[in-house]
Amino acid sequence: MTYRSHADLGGRPRTEAVIPEAEGELFHAAWEPRALAVTLAMGATGSWNIDMSRAARETLPDYAQSTYYRIWIGALEKLLADRGLVLPDELQAGRALHPPQPVARVLQAAAVPAALAKGSPTERPAGAAARFQVGDRVRTRAERVDHHTRLPGYAHGKQGVVESVQGVHVFADAHAQGLGEQPQWLYRVAFSGQELWGDEAAPGSSVALDAWESYLEPAA
Amino acid sequence: MSHDDHQHHDHDHQHSELDEMTLRVRALETVLAQKGYIDPAALDVLIDTYQTKIGPRNGARVVARAWADPAYRDWLLRDGTAAIASLGYSGRQGEHMVVLANTPQRHHMVVCTLCSCYPWPVLGLPPTWYKSAPYRSRAVKDPRGVLADFGVTLPEGTEIRVVDSTAEVRYLVLPMRPAGTAGFSEEQLAALVTRDSMIGTGLPLEPAP
Repeated sequence: MTYRSHADLGGRPRTEAVIPEAEGELFHAAWEPRALAVTLAMGATGSWNIDMSRAARETLPDYAQSTYYRIWIGALEKLLADRGLVLPDELQAGRALHPPQPVARVLQAAAVPAALAKGSPTERPAGAAARFQVGDRVRTRAERVDHHTRLPGYAHGKQGVVESVQGVHVFADAHAQGLGEQPQWLYRVAFSGQELWGDEAAPGSSVALDAWESYLEPAA
Repeated sequence: MSHDDHQHHDHDHQHSELDEMTLRVRALETVLAQKGYIDPAALDVLIDTYQTKIGPRNGARVVARAWADPAYRDWLLRDGTAAIASLGYSGRQGEHMVVLANTPQRHHMVVCTLCSCYPWPVLGLPPTWYKSAPYRSRAVKDPRGVLADFGVTLPEGTEIRVVDSTAEVRYLVLPMRPAGTAGFSEEQLAALVTRDSMIGTGLPLEPAP
């Protein structure tokens, strides 16, 4: 395995309290809104997709030690450098030193409201019938994969029930690797706490998650 | 749980990294603008949008409408994306919306254990705790413990369904309408809807007696 995500946190043993926060508390330093905005503006150039962006973030070596917007900036710098759009010496100098590379589009201020309102839908026309229906018992794949994936570690090799068929969506695993959209049926699958955590499960708890069809097999 | 080493660490880290990060982000922004990849004015519009236009009051209006109008509630639970769009909220990080209704039997709580997926058009940007390691680690395994951190205790018989946002579907929790709100206008109802009640880590406010 060469791909290592530091972001797969579900079920990790942690005892620290969650610290609630007031609704208006959006940013904690003046650079954070700038970090948000440059990340969104560069995303809009179409130089990478959101799954590549997630992969760049979750593989940052200092992920666990970083605040969230710091992770965003680290990943943005990496995505830019990997594509030759901005090189490390330019970040060091704080000014452009090399000619720009072409990008598909530049998000202009006037176009921001429409771009945000449109978003980037991931649902695609169905090419085949769904393999599973609501109520079907399924088992998630147990093996680890050596690339970005959206099946959390705690839900590997677990049996659950399909509770919703969510349409056909761009397949994150392929999309993150630059292998195209390869859309697949997506299902919301529910698991009992007992199935996921055994005797450690909180009584009366269950977890549902969204799983692409290739994550699932019929359960015996 | 009085000790919170990780978040204290984060907090200290934020102070020591302030200058470093300020310079780093400024350098990045300058180079991107010089190379023509970004319109600097667009950055200001993006920030203003999430500071003043897109936030949890949007979601509160959706919830209030569902509490006030049974036909809207049915539509919202059947086709969240369309029902929410009818109130003017759509797009980035809310392209595919599913609304989950709390009942006396089942309480929903939303998390993204793998990153920070969150329904931006209705709730705005996620709070720090939603993106934090303690929440992402504990929510799926110890939801009652997490609720206790928010001062919420649910009846023992209530099932807690945690929903992990692992794809591009975004979830909004429809909390139960508080008692004592008969005859309230949608505006009055919306004032009772907290952000956390739409994530499932909180409950709506009770009406003033």
